[in-house]
Amino acid sequence: MPQGRRDFLEQAGRWLFLTSAAQAALEFVVAGNASAAPNYNMHTHWWAMTIDITKCIGCGNCVRACAEENGVPKGFFRTWIERYDVPGWEMDRPDVDAPNGGMDGFPDKPAKGKSFFVPKLCNHCAHSPCVQVCPVGATFETPDGLVIVDEQYCLGCRYCVQACPYGCRYINPKTNTVDKCTLCYHRISKGLTTACCEACPTGCRQLADLKNPKDPVHDFLRTNSIQVLKPQMATGSKVYYRGLDGSVR
Amino acid sequence: MRITFRDAAHLIRLVVVVLIAIAAFAGLRSLMVPETFGQYGHYRGAALEENRQRAVSFAGRQACAECHDAVVEAKKPGKHANVGCEACHGPQAKHAEDPSLKPVKPDSATLCARCHEKNSAKPRGFPQVAAKEHNAGMACADCHQPHQPKI
Ligand code: HEC
Ligand code: HEC
Ligand code: HEC
Ligand code: HEC
Repeated sequence: MPQGRRDFLEQAGRWLFLTSAAQAALEFVVAGNASAAPNYNMHTHWWAMTIDITKCIGCGNCVRACAEENGVPKGFFRTWIERYDVPGWEMDRPDVDAPNGGMDGFPDKPAKGKSFFVPKLCNHCAHSPCVQVCPVGATFETPDGLVIVDEQYCLGCRYCVQACPYGCRYINPKTNTVDKCTLCYHRISKGLTTACCEACPTGCRQLADLKNPKDPVHDFLRTNSIQVLKPQMATGSKVYYRGLDGSVR
Repeated sequence: MRITFRDAAHLIRLVVVVLIAIAAFAGLRSLMVPETFGQYGHYRGAALEENRQRAVSFAGRQACAECHDAVVEAKKPGKHANVGCEACHGPQAKHAEDPSLKPVKPDSATLCARCHEKNSAKPRGFPQVAAKEHNAGMACADCHQPHQPKI
């Protein structure tokens, strides 16, 4: 094959100095599209989310943004907001409502006691019950700490829907397979934040990378009192709540 | 004593049947198990890449700032500084790629109420108004600048 000296040197340089992944990335960067560069390294991340209950205003921006970003079918939710109303000392009997998942906000009603909003989503557990029950390996924990569903491999058997203690999974009526929050894997692997965090006006939700020593999450976890949902189930939940009331299930 | 397999025909048949069964199993397995299964664990490794490939619809506030730095500057002194553009304008990745696709103007009557309508479950310190009593009948944007709401 005839080849100029220049071509040869360039090619040799690439072979010598670039790993194949970096080479593929270079093509995107040269084409002016750095954000799509496939140089995402799974092993340098451990994703989580922090939610500050004291900041949530129940506007429903996160629920709408999630549905728009991920094409969530009507009536199903990957993230949703619950309104708690805890009457006095009856901690075990809170009034909870979530009209349309909080998507359209919450009509005001007089509070009987203490009232607040709790945004919820998949907890991306490190020891997830849903993964343990999947008979075919269609849902799994990724090396960067997410729980993901392989839509093409899922049978739709619903074991995991039953197993999730947080009610975060649903059957997508279009595909008849299980669907759930991916923590916007397609965004965070490109350096963006999740759709819900992008749309949250108060900074109540924050995406966090626990393997990044510069992430403000470390300060947040160190200087606040933090709780996860249903800690007694030892799921290794990675959605950390600040100011979570004991009445929240 | 020498062991002879004089009547070994049935054994050979058995071995052949077992070998065929193993070969059939291996053949079927290689057909049915996806290529990347087991790459990272008991699942299809390619599913990760497929998940990452999906298109985004929220461009993120850094993207807006590239072209709309005037709006970003206008927002800075106000309390809406940390409210993302797309929290009010909706997903605009298509517009950010091709500005000729114009975003629709948000309707301030429904937009502002979503965040500022009075609600007993909202945190106390958050500025809230009952839209029915707070200058009813007028558009919020008649008095408040959406990008710098302080009057
Ligand atoms: C590539 C540059 C570019 C980027 C990035 C961009 N815009 Fe624009 N945008 C424009 C231009 C140019 C116009 C003016 C269009 C016109 O008036 O015809 C505009 C107009 C607008 C308008 C006003 C439409 C109207 O009715 O006058 C809004 C709202 C807007 N952009 C929001 C956004 C948001 C939100 C983002 C971030 C996701 C964004 N833009 C990113 C270039 C950009
Ligand atoms: C609190 C909600 C809110 C936020 C946050 C917000 N906007 Fe707007 N924006 C509006 C509303 C409402 C209008 C329509 C004003 C009108 O009807 O005249 C508007 C109008 C615009 C326009 C049209 C031209 C103008 O200035 O009136 C542009 C461009 C625009 N926004 C860009 C942005 C960008 C860029 C950001 C992020 C830096 C942003 N907006 C953040 C609510 C918001
Ligand atoms: C997506 C949610 C959201 C929307 C929509 C929104 N705001 Fe705000 N607004 C906020 C937040 C967050 C603050 C800051 C509250 C704080 O820090 O105390 C705020 C603060 C304000 C303040 C108090 C400003 C001050 O300096 O005290 C006013 C007034 C206000 N907004 C008016 C409006 C108007 C008018 C609109 C409609 C154009 C609007 N907001 C739409 C989230 C929103
Ligand atoms: C006639 C002009 C006018 C209109 C229309 C108007 N406002 Fe106001 N708004 C004001 C003024 C003036 C203040 C400051 C009053 C104050 O600080 O007590 C204010 C204050 C506010 C505050 C801050 C309250 C606080 O506790 O700090 C919010 C939030 C607000 N308005 C939201 C809205 C919303 C939402 C709409 C549309 C439904 C709206 N306003 C329509 C004039 C107006």
